[in-house]
Amino acid sequence: MAYELMSGSQAAAVAVQRVGVDLVAAYPITPQTAIVETLANFEGKGELGGEFVSVESEYAALACCYGAAAAGARVFTATASHGLAYMHEMIHWCSGARVPIVMVNVNRTIGAPWSLDPDQGDSLSQRDTGWMQIYCSGAQEVLDTVMQAFLLSEELLLPCMVVFDGFYISHTYEAVDVPDLEKTRKFIGPPPFTAQVQPEKPANIHALITGDMQADLVRNRHETMLRAPAVFKEINHRFAETFGRSYGVIDSVMPPGTKKVILAAGATAETVRWTLPELEQTGMVQLRMFRPFPREDLCNLFEAHDIEQVVVIDRNCSTGMGGILAQELQAAVYGMEKPPAVKDIILAGGIDLTPEMLVKALTETASLDKVEQKWGVDLR
Amino acid sequence: MLNPGHNACPGCGAALAVRYLTRALGPNLAIVLTASCWSIISGMPPLTALKCPILHCPFPSAGSVGSGLRRGLNAKGQHNTTVVVLAGDGGTFDIGLQALSGAAQRNEDYLFVCYDNEAYMNTGMQTSSATPFGARTNTAPYPLFKEGQKKDIMQIMAAHGIPYAATATVAFPDDMERKLKKAQEIRGFRFMHILSPCPPGWGTDSSDTIHLSRLAVNTGFFPLYEIVNGVSWKMTCQPEGKRTPLKEYLQNQRRFKQMEDLRIEALQEEVDHDWEALQEKIEATKCSD
Repeated sequence: MAYELMSGSQAAAVAVQRVGVDLVAAYPITPQTAIVETLANFEGKGELGGEFVSVESEYAALACCYGAAAAGARVFTATASHGLAYMHEMIHWCSGARVPIVMVNVNRTIGAPWSLDPDQGDSLSQRDTGWMQIYCSGAQEVLDTVMQAFLLSEELLLPCMVVFDGFYISHTYEAVDVPDLEKTRKFIGPPPFTAQVQPEKPANIHALITGDMQADLVRNRHETMLRAPAVFKEINHRFAETFGRSYGVIDSVMPPGTKKVILAAGATAETVRWTLPELEQTGMVQLRMFRPFPREDLCNLFEAHDIEQVVVIDRNCSTGMGGILAQELQAAVYGMEKPPAVKDIILAGGIDLTPEMLVKALTETASLDKVEQKWGVDLR
Repeated sequence: MLNPGHNACPGCGAALAVRYLTRALGPNLAIVLTASCWSIISGMPPLTALKCPILHCPFPSAGSVGSGLRRGLNAKGQHNTTVVVLAGDGGTFDIGLQALSGAAQRNEDYLFVCYDNEAYMNTGMQTSSATPFGARTNTAPYPLFKEGQKKDIMQIMAAHGIPYAATATVAFPDDMERKLKKAQEIRGFRFMHILSPCPPGWGTDSSDTIHLSRLAVNTGFFPLYEIVNGVSWKMTCQPEGKRTPLKEYLQNQRRFKQMEDLRIEALQEEVDHDWEALQEKIEATKCSD
């Protein structure tokens, strides 16, 4: 055990260094900068093991990763907010191209106007791009998840986004158990996938095809991604044997007699965890995997505990519809014999959720029993 | 390296250019290909027009994907593979310029080849910043015409101080091949600008491609030269005797039809001015040698 004090961003960078990548291509953006700076420092000390490329935009960062991954290299990039939005075309392209890539996104509100708070709408709005998405609630979790994401991505040949909140996670220092380098390299192993570009093999890679051919590829991609929860659990089983920690696609706390569950992703899950003792007959679910959406795990949990109500914490708002996690959950529980009522607390703008706000939302007379949703700003 | 049965139009300058290119640089070759006519010419998988891998990429990304592929191949021990990024004028002059500039500034170790047919031809002849003054396109239909000069991509690349940049065109295959082989031997970022006549876009007969390509050089509209390290300029293929009047190059192209004499004179003046400026750079290089 080697505990070090580090921020969530540093934990992400340390994970990448421990895994060992051939190439990091990145462009700085608040609040992600500490990740690229830490990786550049590793390169400066000759400890990165691969190349660090300072590119001219986020779009270029992901494009560069695509080219290298097509050659069979293990790659990483990190971004946030506007950077992720700017990458959008390449985000789609990389999943269609079935190249394994691990990318960290540090949540930050997308403008206008300029804003820095950690609204999760940046990554949630990349929902349909064919990337897996895993949300983390602390620095240790970030470090472990980034390492695991390489295995998941390389096994399924689908890119994976590891997501955490700007500032609350990226800039908050925690004691983190940093795994031994050799032990990690042995656990991760060399990249197992075949290069798409092999100079001796003529191939027209990702060239124009018909709709029928595309339909097969999309179906294959979808069915492959649905395997992610099982593969992720298996990775965590092995991870626990080596490092003594593990995570689920969802992680839950269900005190005896729980009839109501609070569902949250990212840093707010930690707030919920700490507030639970103040709430009666209330449990919690930390939604870690968002794509694929862990429908089966969630429905099984709700069914096993006869859950009547799920209060979703949505640090985002899809204008014209509401919180994105709540919508996803509504769709997931539809068809259950006794689906729980889904309520939503919307922290649009990335505003903070305090324990007081949470208690107020769940206990006062105007509680969520009578309304569908509450705006975070009204709970102050 | 170019298979029969590719999807190019008859008389396509871009198909010829890539045939010369792959012949000069192959067989240990990997091509990054951005959205352009060649996205179609390359054929539909599992078929392929070339005897080397082609990695397709989104329109603005070519310069960056080339950087990644080069470094990825290096990481896998494939240092000897020549990486070529192939883009049209849109993917070079317009939407691809940022990635191109970034890669050139980092002195990435690959060859960027722009085949320039002077408009968005794959989508049906829309204006690009490589379209010459006076030409009609489907986004500048008669009585409109392209206003403003063709972007001087070679000066832009020279300003990056890259190890090697050269112009070439299909009527001079020996000149093109010599430049390609020279570029292949150089490490760092290399750039080739190839003028590629487009019969359907330019409104010319498919049998006129070579003739037009030669006229472009002989009129001084598209001089053949190379630039080493951004400072050393050299003419590689001088027109014999006096330059041919530009009108002879323009008159059989439908895109310049109905071009008034005044505008032809304006374009001739522009060509003359650029020619003089080029000669000055070449003379200055001779003096400093």
